[in-house]
Amino acid sequence: MKLLYFAWLRERIGLGEEEVTPPSSVVTVADLIAWLRLRGPGYVEALAETARVRCAVNQDFAKLDTIVRPGDEIAFFPPITGG
Amino acid sequence: MAFIRVGPDDIDMATEIACLQSEPGEIGGIASFLGVVRGGEGHSAITAMTLEHYPAMTEAAIRRVAEEAEARWNLIGCRVIHRVGRIPVGGRIVLVLTAARHRQAALESTSFLIDWLKVGAPFWKQEHLISGKDHWVEAKSADDLAAQRWLVVAPPD
Repeated sequence: MKLLYFAWLRERIGLGEEEVTPPSSVVTVADLIAWLRLRGPGYVEALAETARVRCAVNQDFAKLDTIVRPGDEIAFFPPITGG
Repeated sequence: MAFIRVGPDDIDMATEIACLQSEPGEIGGIASFLGVVRGGEGHSAITAMTLEHYPAMTEAAIRRVAEEAEARWNLIGCRVIHRVGRIPVGGRIVLVLTAARHRQAALESTSFLIDWLKVGAPFWKQEHLISGKDHWVEAKSADDLAAQRWLVVAPPD
């Protein structure tokens, strides 16, 4: 699956996008976040507070219990500050 | 027909209004909201702002809500122009224009669209402080409340 990071999540993780192949035990967005936190201190710092992290799966806003599948585009970002 | 544009180019309000006025239909009023980069004061004074977005998602997300506004207020047309990239203090960030037969529909739908853009379109603002530091703008709960009020307000007849 393709992961995208925006704003301060991108800065903390140190990249804007990457391809990953999580184990089959990763079923939901929450599972994916828990797995990503094992990838290094930048991920831990970016994803520490799930209350400050928003997510989209295939360009639609998603929740922690949204299912993720191989081939999905999953974006992580802070709460929106547009307009 | 909703027109959406997201990009780095500056916004020319007169051109955008002329485009909207050329839409077929009996326009009685055009309402507008133009968002501008505020300079701030003291420790929070800034020189510029950078807007980041999620390109694959932004236009589609704005189009969905613009079409919802057109249906809800029976608009003749609307235009939403949102800039991305670095914009100096005083620069234009976003323009919302709506055209309707009557003023109430135009004014209310403009307010709805800008309230929604604050919380529903994937943009993030980074401020460049005069001190040289950069800082990401935190989302405000007041913006969530402003967007939520449109869930309960009944549209005009």
